[in-house]
Amino acid sequence: MSNPVFNPIPPRRLDPVSLCFTGLTGLATVLILAILGVILANIVYHGGANFSWGFFTGGTAQDMFDVGKSGVLPMIAGTAARVILMSLFVIPAGVITAVYLTEYARSSSLHTRIIRGAVNNLAGVPSIVFGLFGLGFFINFLGQRLDAWLLPGAAEPVWGKPAILWASLTLAVMTLPVVIVATEESLRAIPQGLREASLALGATKLQTVWRIVLPQALPGILTGGILAISRAAGEVAPILFTGAAYYMARLPQSLTDQFMDLGYHVFILSTQSPNIDKTRPILYATVMVLLLLTFALNLVAILIRARIRTRMRAAH
Amino acid sequence: MSITVNSHPALAGRDLSADAARNAGHPMIETRGLNLYYGPSQALKHISLKVPERVVTAFIGPSGCGKSTLLRCFNRMNDLIDNVRLEGQVLVGGQEIYDPEIDVIELRKRVGMVFQRSNPFPKTIFENVAYGLRLLGVKSKSDLQDRVEKSLRQAALWEEVQDRLHASALGLSGGQQQRLCIARAIAIEPGILLMDEPASALDPIATGKIEELILALKQDFTIVIVTHNMQQAARISDFTAFFYLGELVEYGRTITLFTNPSIKQTEEYVTGRFG
Amino acid sequence: MGIRRGYRARPLELLAEWFIFGVSFSAMVLVFLIFVFVTREALPVVFGQVNNAVRQPVIPVEQMDNLPHGQLGKYLGLDARQLAQMDRETLKELMAVRVEAAQKVPDDKDSGINTLAWRQMFLPHQWTGYERPSYIWQPVSDIPKFNIIPLLVGSLKTTLVALMLAVPLALAASLYVSQLASNRLREWLKPAVELLAGIPSVVAGFFALIVMASFLKSVFGYESRLNAFVAGVALALAVVPVVFSIAEDALTGVPRSYTQAALALGSTRWQAAWKVVLPAALPGVFAAVILGFGRAVGETMIVLMASGNASIMSWSLFDSTRTVTATVAAELAETVFGGNHYRVLFLIGALLLVATFITNLAGELIIHRLKKRLEGLA
Repeated sequence: MSNPVFNPIPPRRLDPVSLCFTGLTGLATVLILAILGVILANIVYHGGANFSWGFFTGGTAQDMFDVGKSGVLPMIAGTAARVILMSLFVIPAGVITAVYLTEYARSSSLHTRIIRGAVNNLAGVPSIVFGLFGLGFFINFLGQRLDAWLLPGAAEPVWGKPAILWASLTLAVMTLPVVIVATEESLRAIPQGLREASLALGATKLQTVWRIVLPQALPGILTGGILAISRAAGEVAPILFTGAAYYMARLPQSLTDQFMDLGYHVFILSTQSPNIDKTRPILYATVMVLLLLTFALNLVAILIRARIRTRMRAAH
Repeated sequence: MSITVNSHPALAGRDLSADAARNAGHPMIETRGLNLYYGPSQALKHISLKVPERVVTAFIGPSGCGKSTLLRCFNRMNDLIDNVRLEGQVLVGGQEIYDPEIDVIELRKRVGMVFQRSNPFPKTIFENVAYGLRLLGVKSKSDLQDRVEKSLRQAALWEEVQDRLHASALGLSGGQQQRLCIARAIAIEPGILLMDEPASALDPIATGKIEELILALKQDFTIVIVTHNMQQAARISDFTAFFYLGELVEYGRTITLFTNPSIKQTEEYVTGRFG
Repeated sequence: MGIRRGYRARPLELLAEWFIFGVSFSAMVLVFLIFVFVTREALPVVFGQVNNAVRQPVIPVEQMDNLPHGQLGKYLGLDARQLAQMDRETLKELMAVRVEAAQKVPDDKDSGINTLAWRQMFLPHQWTGYERPSYIWQPVSDIPKFNIIPLLVGSLKTTLVALMLAVPLALAASLYVSQLASNRLREWLKPAVELLAGIPSVVAGFFALIVMASFLKSVFGYESRLNAFVAGVALALAVVPVVFSIAEDALTGVPRSYTQAALALGSTRWQAAWKVVLPAALPGVFAAVILGFGRAVGETMIVLMASGNASIMSWSLFDSTRTVTATVAAELAETVFGGNHYRVLFLIGALLLVATFITNLAGELIIHRLKKRLEGLA
């Protein structure tokens, strides 16, 4: 048996491989941030120039391509309305499904496995396919049947055409996995001991879920909701055929009205403008409004998540 | 317990480490006036001690006394934690290891470490042991095989795993995993082996095997072991250091420390009255 | 089904459980509905029940009485109710109209082709006036042509460009952020990179169209300003945060004890990251790439705005290109409900859906296998 000898430790030297590796990966990170920076700077620089109170509160009654007069109020209203409507559908449905999966279902049951697989698959479905689904199911199936049932003999379809209700429902289906996954994650992070303590005091399962589990999971649920909203706010593909209007003279009045949308408007201004150079200022300003909206939502979600993480780290 | 070492009359003017190292080989590890801070709180207070060569030295003391922190100073694993500040000197093999000129990577190749929870890589048993050898640049297949076998034999694991060297290490039992981690650490023949409560997560039988192993390895390695288990310290170590609240309270031959401690606090701890 | 008995004393509890179960059950049903309703519209095409050849077989008016009733309705495109309402004379007239219309159709071989047959949708065809058999997507034309291959090639090109750029970049960044950056830097970098995910795809498309396209053209000097390459670069913007975020989570999820053990053996930080952490995180990293792939294939607005949208069959990255998703987005609004074009677009949607399921399934299988190998149970 050899005797390990304690050789003197050599002085520190530069390891070229190590240096290279750190340099390259660091460079990749910097590059990503630089691209992000360039995009944001470009938009803020050009968009800020046409940013005025009038742009915020102005409508499109005159001409949506008129640089001096047009504003984004109808699009902000439309986007806000469809997003709020969507959260009314998706947050309760997503939270309840997540509660079922974590608190009630046995993790090995067939039903649970199917739901999990379904949710996973749903998350990967391209957004345009949700648009097709919205058209095929909500408008052409549900809407047409509602028309036949509620308003037999009406000349014009009321339900069986694109509408803010159908767009919101389509988006709700699309964002369902976001809410389910975020809620499930925060439910699982709650120590089992808390549930046991509540049950041991004679609380029913429902009482335990309602008074102990859900309040604890609230920040996580909130994050999921906000992420879903921010994802939906910027999506255009699913609402192309389910509710977004190219142009409307007035704000939507009912659930069956179509609506103008910020993201769709960006698309129109980018691709359908009669004179792209002339309308560029309103295009940039509209992009900036949309970005401000989604970034503000994302930032809130990131901050809440960061707080949860620190709290969880402190608990360990 | 409000006694502090410095104010204790029995300690006045005594150099604990000189006492301990008397009659042993020359010191392999030595700290001089070592202070360590985690942010604003001080985790080690003026630690001076010498760890002799090729003996087993045990660090004991209640949780949070700084024994693990001190152990991690010897291979600079504390560098990985943010906000750690260090004062004083740590000498390993006579060299100041916190000298900015020192190559930490080379230091760690000379000072092996075994952790509290066994942490084999999610690779095969063979690859786990070969990992450090590959880092050293050993390429030849037969060389690798020889040295892996040798380490596994040294770690008393060869008989149990020779048929499944290429199975995942995660399939081993807890005790086997920990012996694999020891084999992995000694494969690169470090002079020093640091063990941070290596048996605390194991059952008594596995613990017994690890202890036998430590006694055998003492022939070739200088071993420092942190342990919670007083009996274990008494069974396997030649020297014992007792820490309390970041201070080195008493350090001496294990027999002396356990049978005739010179400080009341040590006596109360080793006899189980606190801790 | 997960709901246990023994709650008779507490009806509210039972009710709540049934409600919760019901909601989660509907969530599951919904996914199947998506499949059902997207496929439903495409079914007649799938089963070859439609023949859209311009020249249809003609039955002389005199033979009307010899035809069974059902066949007559089918020939004239009438359902049973409509058929019952019409008298003999009207039907005779309708048949005469058919004969007349057929006489106007040019008597070339192209007019007799059913372009909705599977063969026509996936294989090249020798059209009159073309030098060789070609793949043509031309849904609005005298003879509508529905060959999907040019669109598939378009999607393939943009996806490949996007993945080639985004995957190395995102993986390198995730290694840096999770393994090499200090904790404090990491807490800044991760949200900053993830902010990229907050850019809506329509904004990325806008940026590609208005700013990037001209810039890239001036750098590379190719012919058409909008092409598969531009779309791929823009697509990479959307793929990077997906791959980064999931790969970073996977790398961070590797127990710190692995890194510690590697460092204690004298590894440098990059050796620990490359040889120990990355292999251990491989299932997660692979999942990240799969999801990035799915995102690239399924993205619509970016490619709709930046690819140029010419549905020509070309393997060149610098030709104007149209992808599968962009085709649906651009054309569905102009189709007739229930028409052939409408059905083919739904068929494309169904194909996308099937592709998603297959990708997910294959991804999960591979990840499962990687995990097993890691645990040594395989």
